[in-house]
Amino acid sequence: MDTFLILLVNGLADASLIFLMAAGLSIILGMMGVLNFAHGTMFLWGGYTSVWIMARTGSFWLGALGAVAVGALMGLVFERLFVRPAYGKVTAQILITLGLMIVFTDLARLLWGATPLPALRPAVLDGMVAVGGVRIAEYRIFLIIIGVLVAIGIHALINRTRIGMVMRAGVQSPEMVQALGIDISRYFTLVFAGGAALAALGGALYVPLVGSVWSGMGMENQILAFIVVVVGGMGSFIGTAAGSLLLGLMGTFVAWFFPPAAVVANVLLMAVVLVWKPAGLFGLEGK
Amino acid sequence: MVKPVLKLENLSSFIGAFHIVQGVSLDVFPGEAVVILGRNGAGKTTTLRTIMGLLRVAGGVIELAGETILGLPAHQVARRGVGYVPEDCIVFNFLTVKENLQIAMRKADKETYARQSYALDLFPDLKKAYSRYAATLSGGQRQMLAIARVLQNDNKIILIDEPSKGLAPIIVERVGEALITMKNSCTLILVEQNFPLACAVGDRYYILNGGRSVHSGHVTELANDVQLQNRFLSIGA
Repeated sequence: MDTFLILLVNGLADASLIFLMAAGLSIILGMMGVLNFAHGTMFLWGGYTSVWIMARTGSFWLGALGAVAVGALMGLVFERLFVRPAYGKVTAQILITLGLMIVFTDLARLLWGATPLPALRPAVLDGMVAVGGVRIAEYRIFLIIIGVLVAIGIHALINRTRIGMVMRAGVQSPEMVQALGIDISRYFTLVFAGGAALAALGGALYVPLVGSVWSGMGMENQILAFIVVVVGGMGSFIGTAAGSLLLGLMGTFVAWFFPPAAVVANVLLMAVVLVWKPAGLFGLEGK
Repeated sequence: MVKPVLKLENLSSFIGAFHIVQGVSLDVFPGEAVVILGRNGAGKTTTLRTIMGLLRVAGGVIELAGETILGLPAHQVARRGVGYVPEDCIVFNFLTVKENLQIAMRKADKETYARQSYALDLFPDLKKAYSRYAATLSGGQRQMLAIARVLQNDNKIILIDEPSKGLAPIIVERVGEALITMKNSCTLILVEQNFPLACAVGDRYYILNGGRSVHSGHVTELANDVQLQNRFLSIGA
């Protein structure tokens, strides 16, 4: 029972981080039709930015805030300069965003070096807490809380604001939204920058969990986010949340009970969902 | 002399590499209901999409109330007062009926709400389904919602693309009645394959063939001209 509780908390904490990265990716793909292979870059730069700021100020919170700001700014610039000319051109999107991923990963390596940098947890979250007689890392509980809060925030944004209304409509038909008199390109920029900021936050929260930041972590984690989008269904908030939970929990439990299958399990899950429901568990058929 | 609300002159546009609209000219005057007729592939839907700014224009003139709207993006065309009810009545499945109406409101003033109320009176089904997601609506209700969505705005002209497509005859009848009612307060362009419905709603017609406007006149004349119907519409064949 103790092991189960620990695995559950670990799985939920991982799911939170995956969710932060996948939420933006899903809505960008679903609403804007953009295959954004540069999404992992925001995660990477979020991680480096937070460590860099923390090393100078000693504040984890300032680091996380700075990461969000840098992620949003990168998203804004990427969308305006590189992604916008490639709307509707899938091959161009893949080449451009993959190019951005490579360039900005190398740029990070140039700025911060090829050796992993240590990333510390904030002192206030560095302890253990007893839950039902089991000792659990406070930082993991913090990640779960952040994941839940962000999910509630996104849910409220999508369901209770005009921006959310346009996003839900845009996932189905951006052209029709445009024909109703709404300048969807403004929303596209907003969504892209918001998604990038979330990914950067994910990176900033991820590095203290694993204890270091390194230049390959963007691509590694981006793959997980893509699997979530495929499993959950692109553009679906519920799908992204469910997919993140599924991957987070499955990854932790499989790694504990049957370690050789830890890597294969995610891909296998994706293959099964694709065969069973090609649009994903909560995806829109025909998109 | 009355100026046209919408004027097309030798309009030409592409879908990808295909030159679909190759020379459409037409005028629509205030209060008129103009029907665009033609066989499948004649360029009717493409003409409406070109007016809306959804396709690349290759040449010609599009004037709305005397001002050019050629080359404007769709959202600016809509804001200048062009309402659009597309083919296959695209309503947003993940939005409720209320939200589908809300998202399309160009202003949130008293007049807009009054027009929305008029639209809901015209389609009482929508009142009952006001809080339901559009995904749960029937084909007829979706069409009604797509029309109500544009009716609530102060449009100079409304473009309606095949509102009867895929609907049961009884629903077509109801949509037709609504279009006839709308005609009293709106200027319309209606693309319609259902000839009796087109005749019931339209004042004047334009026939498109091979992407060009090839004939025009009053609908009553066309209704009595079997030879013309055979030649361009294959109705009597």
